[in-house]
Amino acid sequence: MRIKLPVTAAAMLAWLTCAGVLHAAPDIQHWQTDKGTRVYFVPAPELPMVDIRMLFAAGSAHDDGQPGLANLASGLLDKGAAGLSANDIADRLEGLGAVLSTGSLRDSAWVSLRSLSDPAQLEPAIDLMSKVVSKPDFNKRDVNRERERKLVALRRAEQQPSSIADRRFYEAVYGKHPYATRPIGTAESLKKITRKDIRAYYNKYYVARNVIIAIVGDIDRKGAERIASQLTAKLQSGEAAPGTPVVPPLTQAVEQRIYHPSTQTTVRMGEPGMRRGDPDYFPLYVGNHVLGGSGLVSRLFIEVRDKRGLSYGVNSYFTPMVQDGPYTFGLQTRNDQVDEALDVMRTILKDFHDSGPSDKELTASKKNITGGFPLRLDSNSKIVEYLGMIGFYELPLDYLDTFNDKVMAVSREQIRDAYRRRVHPDRMVTVIVGGDGKE
Amino acid sequence: MRGIWIGVLLFACQGVLAAGKVHEYQLDNGLKLIVKEDHRAPIVVSQVWYKVGASYEHDGITGVSHVLEHMMFKGTKNHAPGEFSRIISENGGRQNAFTSTDYTAYFQSLEKSRLPVSFELEADRMRNLKLTEEEFRKEIKVVMEERRMRTEDKPTSFTYEQFNATAYTSSSYRIPTIGWMDDLENMELSDLQAWYERFYAPNNAIVVVVGDVEPGAVLKLAKKYFGPLKPEQIIAPKPRIEPEQEGPRWITVRQPALVPYLIMGYKVPVLNTATEDWEPYALEVLAGILDGGDSARLARELVRGSQVAASAGAGYDVYDRQSSLFLFDGTPSNSHSVEDLQQALLEQIARLQEQPVTADELARVKAQVVAGNIYEQDSVFYQGMKIGQLESVGLDWRIEEDYVKLVNAVTPGQVQAVAKKYLVENRRTFAMLDPLPIEHGSKPRQSQQGGGHAH
Repeated sequence: MRIKLPVTAAAMLAWLTCAGVLHAAPDIQHWQTDKGTRVYFVPAPELPMVDIRMLFAAGSAHDDGQPGLANLASGLLDKGAAGLSANDIADRLEGLGAVLSTGSLRDSAWVSLRSLSDPAQLEPAIDLMSKVVSKPDFNKRDVNRERERKLVALRRAEQQPSSIADRRFYEAVYGKHPYATRPIGTAESLKKITRKDIRAYYNKYYVARNVIIAIVGDIDRKGAERIASQLTAKLQSGEAAPGTPVVPPLTQAVEQRIYHPSTQTTVRMGEPGMRRGDPDYFPLYVGNHVLGGSGLVSRLFIEVRDKRGLSYGVNSYFTPMVQDGPYTFGLQTRNDQVDEALDVMRTILKDFHDSGPSDKELTASKKNITGGFPLRLDSNSKIVEYLGMIGFYELPLDYLDTFNDKVMAVSREQIRDAYRRRVHPDRMVTVIVGGDGKE
Repeated sequence: MRGIWIGVLLFACQGVLAAGKVHEYQLDNGLKLIVKEDHRAPIVVSQVWYKVGASYEHDGITGVSHVLEHMMFKGTKNHAPGEFSRIISENGGRQNAFTSTDYTAYFQSLEKSRLPVSFELEADRMRNLKLTEEEFRKEIKVVMEERRMRTEDKPTSFTYEQFNATAYTSSSYRIPTIGWMDDLENMELSDLQAWYERFYAPNNAIVVVVGDVEPGAVLKLAKKYFGPLKPEQIIAPKPRIEPEQEGPRWITVRQPALVPYLIMGYKVPVLNTATEDWEPYALEVLAGILDGGDSARLARELVRGSQVAASAGAGYDVYDRQSSLFLFDGTPSNSHSVEDLQQALLEQIARLQEQPVTADELARVKAQVVAGNIYEQDSVFYQGMKIGQLESVGLDWRIEEDYVKLVNAVTPGQVQAVAKKYLVENRRTFAMLDPLPIEHGSKPRQSQQGGGHAH
């Protein structure tokens, strides 16, 4: 627990900077296990440690009408497995100095392990990870307790304007699409989920053909192969999850004002954006970098914060997913200033949509993205994240090698064209949560 | 490509599995430069740490260190407002700054050849900042928005701020880093100017560089850019030693919220103030016994066992500048009250006082410390952060090298001893968040207008 967090100058900058002249991308080794699991490996012998990430296509997009099911299942994996209790598992892992974590969002659910690479620690840690993914017990007492904890977490989210805004934004942008619900689910749905539901969900989605494994660390190829085989040995082969449906575009602008007794009003604005591997990825990514993705120097930041002092954090970002993840614009401002701030944000978007970036802006963004490329890959934890993303979304293995060239190739005209086709300032969702709102 | 430099590195690093080499220098003007080599990736992190933060402030000007940090991006004699950020960005850099109770730090992460860009700009704003009324009037509004976002509208943070101001009587740790809203309202450009002149000088700064660099070359660069800067007479802040607390304190905070919350803290020494050197490390181990992961007592016994808590935590910072607090916080589960949770935490403390911790528990805490010491070397930024934090509170970065050893030396008897000595009622402050309804039609809380008043 670290309550005394430092206060930073710039808000929640999505650190979207990137790659460089140096093309120092790792050489990714790739294979499939006997069970059909795709594996991605980068050796990193400098530090005596190993990072492993298993990504299952088992996020809330696969809840099948029971919001919260995927998230509850994921959180229960290490709360009892192969006859070991949550206490047993935690005792053993932490006694080895290993760190195991689980999590889930809309597309995926993951299990991550960080361990020392000495076999005396690594081997028992892998054995425990294998038990957690292949033999979870879903004991009644654990299910009930974790459900109760989720219900508390849900209520806590509802006391925070930003969480309320995020929830309402996804609901409005995605309507009946499975991306609409929050991964943690709803109170109503959580209360109805049974152990049987969780078991059935697990049996269907936690299978060898529905997972990819990323490994980075101080082991050789043979060691990595052994780990991957061990982690999948006791999984059922199963089938890959069914695809996520295409996201329908919005048909009209929607504006919601939601009352909350806060001193500030939080705004989320946007629409379905793009998917991983999208043909328009690079023009949209680079375009948004200029508009709201480059932190302290983006157009939105300069106009809303630097020139007018209207908000601490203001940005825009794409969240590429299996299907079109949202294109989101966000800010927070004193209740009585929200109309002014929203007006500035909309005007900037409209102007960018019509005219695109200037030559100068585009050059500056390209320099930032490409000049900072080595920073994307300067730690094992960042590399294992990239491997997970490349594997899960089936991006080409040379994704990182070609990244800078693709950024450099983007022209102003391509950005204008992509924005005209893909971004629709006149039919976005706007969610406004704050003190002066009327429901 | 990465394969190639990994190969080279392996060769260079044989036998030096753990930490890279650290080099310390001092320039004639008093600036301290610390360089740590990490050749894993062709990058460099450059951080400038100033010995100033909220705990250097006094009533009436709270938040001034943090507001000044914001203004450091607003131009110098040589660069227009915003140019700093633009230049770093065009060099592929990531940058930001942060203010804490004990320090203010500025950093850039860059491809390794761009280090001079960072040094030139940081040296410039160390002495040449141009504080203007125009930029200040806009930026102070931004800081007020930041305060609304971080504190006013976040019931747990708001509770923590009130808790802190109750726990400390005269210690400057009672000051919130972001500043009280009223002090922000009444802040003047001259407050910032005085603060800048007092604390921003080479002899009050530590430059930390970590990455794929050659220390001699970094020193040369530092001499070139920081060397010509004039030192300042630095007047240390008054000690403001917290008087002995003579009884438990208790507050209730009422805010629109849905979930109750508690914070509890005990006055404890830190490495800087302890009379017995082992005590801070015993407190550190104690924090590990309670909250060092999912196997620790709070998760095992309060979250999973009795289920009195939906979440519970404990924490302590051995490297604070002044004596501080050993903290607990938590949210009760749906079927329990804040009072139940507090009772459960007090029972945990009583047990630590009555019975020594088990050998297994102690071994787990130590195993995590040993492994954590390796894991944290994965982040170049964090390696710099550790050095800077230590140096800015007046500790030698070398003590971090002994951290594992000193934690490993802690005995069950010592853990019990610090629990008995410090986790006692007279040293305690307790704050509880009592949720007010969030209902439609209830009045929004008053927001001070700010930013536009006469000056």
